[in-house]
Amino acid sequence: MKSAVIVFPGSNCDRDVQVALRDSAGSEPIMHWHGDANLPDVDLIVVPGGFSYGDYLRSGAMAAHSPVMREVVARANAGVPVLGICNGFQILTEAGLLPGVLMRNAGLKFLCRDVDLRVECTDTVFTRDYIEGQIIRIPIAHNEGNYFADDETLMRLEGERRIAFRYCDAEGNVTAAANPNGSAHNIAGILNEARNVLGMMPHPERLAEAALGGTDGRPMFDGLVEALADAA
Amino acid sequence: MKARIHITLKIGVLDPQGKAIEHALGGLGFGGIDQVRQGKYIEIDLAESDPAKARPALEAMCEKLLANTVIENYEIDLDE
Repeated sequence: MKSAVIVFPGSNCDRDVQVALRDSAGSEPIMHWHGDANLPDVDLIVVPGGFSYGDYLRSGAMAAHSPVMREVVARANAGVPVLGICNGFQILTEAGLLPGVLMRNAGLKFLCRDVDLRVECTDTVFTRDYIEGQIIRIPIAHNEGNYFADDETLMRLEGERRIAFRYCDAEGNVTAAANPNGSAHNIAGILNEARNVLGMMPHPERLAEAALGGTDGRPMFDGLVEALADAA
Repeated sequence: MKARIHITLKIGVLDPQGKAIEHALGGLGFGGIDQVRQGKYIEIDLAESDPAKARPALEAMCEKLLANTVIENYEIDLDE
């Protein structure tokens, strides 16, 4: 599987994703500078977390118009899997690949801690190695993770089963108390209509090997490698 | 020509920062405040001197970058 990690000025989870992809794929991902519009042919594109452009204007707003993003949007529309994590999720919404917007956390605090997530669907290249309803524990680290969309969009996301992960308690109950940031419908991650673009606020790459304190993020990268090796 | 652009949250969109400011003002003893909403203000100096040409360009700037129209409205004032 060939993958590319897009690196923006201010990205800071690009190396973590690089390690996770390397460990799962056994090959080195391409670290692709955002200013270079010539994106090589790859099977997977990752838009990593961080603070691209210092979160100027709105989180992800500047990066969404970087030279490489036109190509990322074109590839996504052509079916190439695109994974956006944290700031990557914000960039994908600003680029129009995913609906809605990530607003300031309802509690106005930067949140950096492990959270429980319920896996809501497994019929995607990103979640195929999880079990539907499985509770996984991986970290969040964000100031703008409060997912908002109008009611019509939310109903559509629900109806088309495009919510990939929801914040929940340790038993898997989706409650207001288990919602760290005020996200509508406890949304932690969503898919595009074709299910080849996933945006999520939590960081699977930060708990993808035992030395980091947990491995609940690992199946995402293993599943991608399996799925995209099958496709090749 | 100078353009002054106000970007505000749409009605119905929660504004936790505005709420925090509202509470802080109350804490300072300022009474009679029904609601505070926080937004952005952007000034742009333009080479264009014809408002009829400047306005559509500014609208495109707002739609494409300056505002996120999922949650924000924008208002353009032109110095003529």
